[in-house]
Amino acid sequence: MNRLPDTDTALAVRLDAVEKTYAEDGFSVIALAGITADIPRGRFVMIVGPSGSGKSTLLNLIGCIDRPTKGSIEVAGQRIADLSDDALTDFRARAVGFVFQNFNLFPVLSAYENVEYPLLLLGLTARQRRDRTMAMLDQVGLADQARQRPNQLSGGQKQRVAIARALVKNPSLVLADEPTANLDSTNGAAIIALMRTVQRQHNTSFVFSTHDPQLMSHADETFTLKDGKLVGHHRADPA
Amino acid sequence: MLFKLAFRNILRNRRRSIMSAGAIAVGAIAMVLFGGFIASIILGVQTDTVRRTGHLAIYRTGFFTFGSGNPAAWGMPGYRDILDLVRRDPVLAPLTAVVTPTVALFGIAGNFSIDASRTFVGSGVVPHDRDIMRRWNPYNLSYNNAAGSGLDDADPIKGVVGSGLARILGFCETLNLGNCPPPQPRETAQTPIAADIAALAASEKSETAAPDTLPHIDLLAATATGAPNVISMVIGNVDRQGVKELDDAFVLMHFDLAQQLLYGRGEKRALAILLQLHATSDLPAARARLTDIIRARNLDLEVRDFTEIVPLYSQIIAMFSAIFTFIAVIMAVIVLFTVGNTMSMSVMERTAEIGTARAIGLRRSGIRRQFLLEAWILGAIGATTGIAAGIALALIVNQAGLIWLPPGQSAPSPLAVIIGNMGQLHLAIWLGLMAATTLAAIIPANRAARLPVVDALRHV
Repeated sequence: MNRLPDTDTALAVRLDAVEKTYAEDGFSVIALAGITADIPRGRFVMIVGPSGSGKSTLLNLIGCIDRPTKGSIEVAGQRIADLSDDALTDFRARAVGFVFQNFNLFPVLSAYENVEYPLLLLGLTARQRRDRTMAMLDQVGLADQARQRPNQLSGGQKQRVAIARALVKNPSLVLADEPTANLDSTNGAAIIALMRTVQRQHNTSFVFSTHDPQLMSHADETFTLKDGKLVGHHRADPA
Repeated sequence: MLFKLAFRNILRNRRRSIMSAGAIAVGAIAMVLFGGFIASIILGVQTDTVRRTGHLAIYRTGFFTFGSGNPAAWGMPGYRDILDLVRRDPVLAPLTAVVTPTVALFGIAGNFSIDASRTFVGSGVVPHDRDIMRRWNPYNLSYNNAAGSGLDDADPIKGVVGSGLARILGFCETLNLGNCPPPQPRETAQTPIAADIAALAASEKSETAAPDTLPHIDLLAATATGAPNVISMVIGNVDRQGVKELDDAFVLMHFDLAQQLLYGRGEKRALAILLQLHATSDLPAARARLTDIIRARNLDLEVRDFTEIVPLYSQIIAMFSAIFTFIAVIMAVIVLFTVGNTMSMSVMERTAEIGTARAIGLRRSGIRRQFLLEAWILGAIGATTGIAAGIALALIVNQAGLIWLPPGQSAPSPLAVIIGNMGQLHLAIWLGLMAATTLAAIIPANRAARLPVVDALRHV
């Protein structure tokens, strides 16, 4: 598959003194406090930490669906603060894929149509869309289930469709917020293995959050958050 | 895909979508039926008016405003020349069905054999022309008054009276009008006025001889010079008028007889020249041409159209238009609330999907377009179905043989809902309902488009 145009940079994500503060009932709640980190391209990165540590907030910022209160974020070489809402949306359409904890498939669309959806936003031809969609469904082992609606699929199958949807546009970065949280351990392990496999095949940067320590062994790099602060960074030895 | 997604989302909650489309359809049905009914009333009133007055009338300047108190004084000298001028005009000739002179007059109608008299309001018309005018029916409406006027070109003393006037003057039994009162005891002594009129009538009898064996009335009026004049008129027909006051005073007579009553032995004039056109749509062109002719020849004449001559016509149209607008506004409000509620519920239920679509890369405008498209599909289904159902119901109503009495008419007519040639109204209804649907969806669609992605994704 052809990689979509991307900025030439060795970093998938650069975080510089990123802060995120929420105002609740007149009080400020600090979700992230001065996160500075670089995530190289083509890595399988996990963000771990207990509930409330800021994992999801950090993923939202990296995924360009939220903006930091302070600091700057670069994704695939693009400074997020410089982009308007539409430009940021278009950037997400090109460069960022999402895998959600609750799968978030469109219930009225079939597995095929769910995977095809991001390609429509990129304006690809019908033939290009069909070829890419079927190839992606085949890769996640769901070519036979292409016509099924989400309610006709198991949890594991839904998450495979979600992974296919995230990867079908060949994004620079795929973000997954606790992708195994709603799966049993067998399916969870299978999904992680699948994500690892396609990440290697597509040489895409994967960043996902989890609080399951058993999954950390799969990561190239692990960032540990606690109370909104980066308290640990572990890089696995190259295999 | 956008269309497919919208359509499937509509089918997702079938009951709610059916209710919304149903509300739109009911609105469309109501407006198609009522619009068609109003159209039939308006065309009916127009047909009735044009049959009586024509489309255009030429008067002496000032008559229309000041002349009704003394119509004889406002007669047009040389009206035959004007008739010829209009009839031979190359622009007007193909547009006109009838060009005819007329006089209007009032006075006292009496049946002095029983000492009965009543003021009358009369018209003098050319029978043949009047009969053509009464057959004017370009909209193919079924009316029972398309029969002849009851006058005869060859029999100038024969006239028509309103049924009320005929009763008042004691012809109820003679003319078989029905529901006749029992005979009243006659007073033997004539009042001095009645005696005078009877004597005048007797003196004029040699000129306007009506056979005593036929029911006839004597008509007294002032001539153009102010002198009293009396003629006898045979009642050839009784024509019930829609308004009682008119029915009790109505007299229609031969043009020559009316001229004789109004001008005696003096110069005969016409009070107006009426033009009935083949089509009402030609009215502006015909009026403009008449105005040009009058101006070019510097004639002391003015032109009025039937909406000016019969202000009731415009009032009826205005009233029914206001009622239709009122109903349309109510329907639009119902559609606004129903579709607005449906779309708001849909946005609420699909908040997480909105967040997902935005995260994947759909712009705010795309979300807005998505919900507007869903509303449009709902609106199109509802409006199209409603208009089709309205037309079907109109066909049923038209075939049901229902009868009613339209405003200003004396005889019942079939209750009709016009559906032919109503394409513009149906299109306007369709577009109006789509506009209401769009308006209803704008706020929910904007709300959906403005949802912060993170908040939308968190929504359960």
